Amino acid sequence: MIRTDSELILEITDLHACVENQPILKGVNLTVRAGEIHAVMGRNGSGKSTLSKVIAGHPAYNVTAGKIQFQGQDLLAMEPEERARCGVFLGFQYPVEIPGVSNLEFLRVATNSRREKLGQAELDTFEFEDLVRERLNVVQMDPAFLERSVNEGFSGGEKKRNEILQMALLQPVFSILDETDSGLDIDALRIVAAGVSQLATPTSATLLITHYQRLLNEITPDFVHVMDSGKILRTGGKDLALELERAGYDWINSTNKDQEDN
Amino acid sequence: MESQNSVGEIVSKPYKYGFVTDIETEKISKGINEDVIRLISSKKQEPAFLLDFRLKAYKQWQQMQEPDWAELGYPKIDYQNIIYYAAPKQKDKKSSLDEVDPKLLETFDKLGIPLNEQKRLSNVAVDAVFDSVSIATTYKEKLAEHGVIFCSISEAIIDYPELIEKYLGTVVPINDNFFAALNSAVFSDGSFVFIPKGVDCPMELSSYFRINSGDIGQFERTLIIAEDNSSVSYLEGCTAPMFDTNTLHAAVVELVALDQASIKYSTVQNWYAGNEEGVGGIYNFVTKRGHCRGKQSKISWSQVETGSAITWKYPSCILQGYESIGEFYSVALTNNYQKADTGTKMIHVGPKTRSTIVSKGISAGHSSNSYRGLVQMGPKASGARNYSQCDSMLIGDNAGANTYPYIRSQQPQANIEHEASTCRISEDQLFYLQSRGINFEEAISMMVSGFCRDVFNQLPMEFAAEADKLLALKLEGSVG
Repeated sequence: MIRTDSELILEITDLHACVENQPILKGVNLTVRAGEIHAVMGRNGSGKSTLSKVIAGHPAYNVTAGKIQFQGQDLLAMEPEERARCGVFLGFQYPVEIPGVSNLEFLRVATNSRREKLGQAELDTFEFEDLVRERLNVVQMDPAFLERSVNEGFSGGEKKRNEILQMALLQPVFSILDETDSGLDIDALRIVAAGVSQLATPTSATLLITHYQRLLNEITPDFVHVMDSGKILRTGGKDLALELERAGYDWINSTNKDQEDN
Repeated sequence: MESQNSVGEIVSKPYKYGFVTDIETEKISKGINEDVIRLISSKKQEPAFLLDFRLKAYKQWQQMQEPDWAELGYPKIDYQNIIYYAAPKQKDKKSSLDEVDPKLLETFDKLGIPLNEQKRLSNVAVDAVFDSVSIATTYKEKLAEHGVIFCSISEAIIDYPELIEKYLGTVVPINDNFFAALNSAVFSDGSFVFIPKGVDCPMELSSYFRINSGDIGQFERTLIIAEDNSSVSYLEGCTAPMFDTNTLHAAVVELVALDQASIKYSTVQNWYAGNEEGVGGIYNFVTKRGHCRGKQSKISWSQVETGSAITWKYPSCILQGYESIGEFYSVALTNNYQKADTGTKMIHVGPKTRSTIVSKGISAGHSSNSYRGLVQMGPKASGARNYSQCDSMLIGDNAGANTYPYIRSQQPQANIEHEASTCRISEDQLFYLQSRGINFEEAISMMVSGFCRDVFNQLPMEFAAEADKLLALKLEGSVG
């Protein structure tokens, strides 16, 4: 999957960001090319969820320095909805419930806004139903969830499936999956992971944000990054995740310290 | 960050109905007394019984106190500083639309209510009221073929005095409340509808109320009678120019449904609401009540209240007939410094009467929005049932919502259910929709229409979409 000559999708340079004047990201650098799967690991509070929110454009996160280039565009200058239309997708750790808004209608509006950007024809309700029913298979989701309000009363696992369904419909260029494995039992995890693997293409890229190794047993990353205190401390291959699992996050801190001392 | 800037840019889309028509207007002098009432009555060439009605109401009104129990709070109204009658100058009797001042036709055109033959809304008959008078009613002849009377109440007073005398003031008595008494004394125009036995009205009926002068009060009066086994759907719309003073609007609407008759009354209220600082706007004090007199009769109120600086309004049903049905579906939206205290009263008198209340309040900006509703089960209302659902949605951190449900039951066999909820549009919900490519405005409008869906489903088709758009427009820039 790794080819140095493949298209540059995302390039983050010296990114600093804060929430309510509290600095969280303190100089993140990351390069993602087409066809790659990256995993960002780190303990709670290391800044990995913040990184995902900043890329997607959450208004509560303030970028104080650095830049993000997405397929050659200045991502930080774009509204969140524009980022989504251009193919940035964030699968949320805790998808919110939106009472009263039909899930099917929401999915249709979202899909059409992406299709418009891609120069594809708008789908009417009938055409969209055909598409969505086909894509439901990716996550083995019950069609009954289409008739409900967005995420309302969904279990944790159903919410995550609904996220991956959105990914399947929006056909993003760059997907961030923020702790998609949290709250899933092993069967649901396998289904979700299989869905993500199925959606990976040579022209798109994926960033998995996770706490644990177990998701990476299902989806093999090309790169593993370890975050701590708002920076990427270490980058390696899939073995780095295994090493972390074995030795714990303190191991990174101590070895990193060694490196700095040397 | 970025999205908040864009909010700033779109704050307060101008009120698109805020223009003033430059037309010569005949106004009487300010203030209210017996002579003013006699003058209004004589201008309208009314029969003696109506002058008596007005004078009795005026005497009652003088004894009454302006109510202050609502969550409103507004500066004292000087009732002697209001003009009680203002009419555009034109020929007295209009035999056809050709004689209506083109400026008036143009005004209604601009409001999206074309009155001339070619451009009329198909299948909607309109009575257009400008300041104190009705200027035209469309499709009168076509309706007459079915025996349906649809005209201004002034005409009805002259042409059908026996119906007026029989029904006027029987649902809302002249001394019902302070504003109803004032209206009964000085009302100038409004609509009259009579649906005879066994007729389903073949068209939607609609009245459009336009206030044009800044210093007048508009006191319209509407009376709808549906005889046995008849049905009608009626829609009321209203707008006003932007003035930085407050204008008083105190209407009375009375509905009478006889055996197995059905009346559906819908309102899209978009009076000028004042500016972003709360200066100007209409004070809207309205008494609307329906009387289900006959067995299995039905009265259904649906309202979308978006305008007015102050709204004081409780469309109600008196459920007297056996198995009669009352419904109230309401969306009340307040933004900036608007204040609304609105709800309903369902008075169950007869056995097996049923009522449904669905109220959706949306408060944005610094506004305050209260639901106030009464469900009363009388001693004879055995087997009566009520279901009430009152939901509030808050947008931003400075808006307020209150719910005041009053329940009185003298009937142990009656069944009353009440549900209430409050929610807030959160930044995370908005971000979720935005992160799926849905823009900010559309995201809010999706959530608001989702919230109001139960009520919009009750509006006549053509107006449901309009109401949806109206809410979206009113809310633009309210979140930040």
